[in-house]
Amino acid sequence: MTTAPVTDEPPAARTATRLTRSGRSRRVPLWLLLPGMLWLLVFFAAPLVYQASTSLQTGSLEEGFRVTWHFATYADALEQYYPQFLRSVGYATAATVLCLVLGYPLAYLIALRAGRWRNLLMVLVIAPFFTSFLIRTLAWKTILSDGGYVVSALRSLHVLGLTDALGITEGHRVLATPLAVVCGLTYNFLPFMILPLYTSLERIDGRVLEAAGDLYARPLTTFRKVTLPLSMPGVVAGTLLTFIPAAGDYINAELLGSADQKMIGNVIQSEFLRVLDYPTAAALSFILMAAILALVTVYLRKAGTEEVTG
Amino acid sequence: MTRATRWLRRNLVVLAGLGTLAYLLLPNLVVTVFSFNKPNGRFNYAWQRFSTDAWTDPCGVAGLCGSLSLSLEIAAWSTLGATVLGTAVAFALARHRFRGRASASTLVFLPMAMPEVVMAASLATLFLNMGVSFGFWTILIAHITFCLSFVITAVKARVASMDPRLEQAAQDLYATPLQTFRRVTLPIAAPGIAAGALLSFALSFDDFVITNFNAGSTVTFPMYVWGAAQRGTPVQINVIGTAMFAVAVLCVLVGRLTTGRRRRRS
Repeated sequence: MTTAPVTDEPPAARTATRLTRSGRSRRVPLWLLLPGMLWLLVFFAAPLVYQASTSLQTGSLEEGFRVTWHFATYADALEQYYPQFLRSVGYATAATVLCLVLGYPLAYLIALRAGRWRNLLMVLVIAPFFTSFLIRTLAWKTILSDGGYVVSALRSLHVLGLTDALGITEGHRVLATPLAVVCGLTYNFLPFMILPLYTSLERIDGRVLEAAGDLYARPLTTFRKVTLPLSMPGVVAGTLLTFIPAAGDYINAELLGSADQKMIGNVIQSEFLRVLDYPTAAALSFILMAAILALVTVYLRKAGTEEVTG
Repeated sequence: MTRATRWLRRNLVVLAGLGTLAYLLLPNLVVTVFSFNKPNGRFNYAWQRFSTDAWTDPCGVAGLCGSLSLSLEIAAWSTLGATVLGTAVAFALARHRFRGRASASTLVFLPMAMPEVVMAASLATLFLNMGVSFGFWTILIAHITFCLSFVITAVKARVASMDPRLEQAAQDLYATPLQTFRRVTLPIAAPGIAAGALLSFALSFDDFVITNFNAGSTVTFPMYVWGAAQRGTPVQINVIGTAMFAVAVLCVLVGRLTTGRRRRRS
């Protein structure tokens, strides 16, 4: 969200305005703008308004729904589904942290250490996208299956006993546990972390890092005092690009989890497509949107000050 | 400190990075390997024995290739729609200052900053309220809507970094506005437009969440895979996944080779 195109001012804008200020061409922006903007207003903004009104309706599919300003839907939805909300935030946070921990070394490697291998590594990071993500998520069912190499290795290393005790796996298996869902979320959104990290790391002037070394900073100090602060815009953008879709995801929980790992996305999906309780689905969507907005605002404020003082 | 530990310390980040890369690529490897499997039951999750049956008969399961061609068709149309609408908006936003420009930018930005499920549910609510029947058209409208923001962002970045003096020069040389646009502006903006179009195609082709809410009983390829995950996964899914991967990697390689050659020639 640091790259939000809200406040930027294109360098060419002033000259361009001068160029188009005469006569008929002043009307050009409207005609360029109108079709696309109307599209977004009708199919993006209006639906949100519709959804707001739907969330305040009561009724049933047979009798029809009417707006009754029934705010209790929100309270009921929260009361009934707060475990799924908390779980979504928890899983998404875990996946975001894992993405950062796993993604940073790779982004660093590509940006600062890869040399002539840089392009190849970049293609390899994007390559998974070329196969449908549902098929790739299903592949995790094979990888994490009870008789698979991963699970037997973890079993023989007694890791699963430990994770069972911690409550992130269950019954010495990985599939249908929180670990599997978080693992899938991490996998699915990892490229969204790596790409912004890479962009900000690649911009770092190599001479700055050399200077740190010349001033007798040890590699770890250089990283902590120079590289990491300079890459903060990438860290902030990457965490947002990972956290937001992960918090609303229902595919990983559905394919890799069990009924005990359902996230808020699963609830919205089933309320809407199976139960056909549209007011509850709409209220849940709004709560999700508001929760993410609040978390992101708090996070940006914190990350912003750290960036200044760090 | 021994030489081995020193080497390890210096290359720790390389090893960690390669480990992450392996994590990213492992599922693709599994998909490819299991496209040569001959499973016993309905699900293709456990290795049984080698077979090329699925490769010789990729359309052998009902509905699979139909869903694939529907996905390609929808991706093509939504790419066209989003690219045309989005390029125009991007030019207006990058080139002109007008009242409401900030709100227009926010409206473009919001769809990308929202969980997909929220956008999917709200659009489906609109269609329900309007009494529109779900199918090809609702999917297409939904896809154009979420692709639009990505096209606008990609094209806008390119147009904003364009040197305005190039167009001034063209006009100084008595080019008409139309000529200037066709011969100067459009070629410079082309990489941004191409990037936006490619992104749209990929996003639309692979979209599941928004399609899930707005498809009704129409089955796109991701919808087919989702259904298969419940009913039983035919090996052909892996064949198509592997083939898609191979074709895309081939396109990237050919693209790199030809641009490399062109650069060398000039």
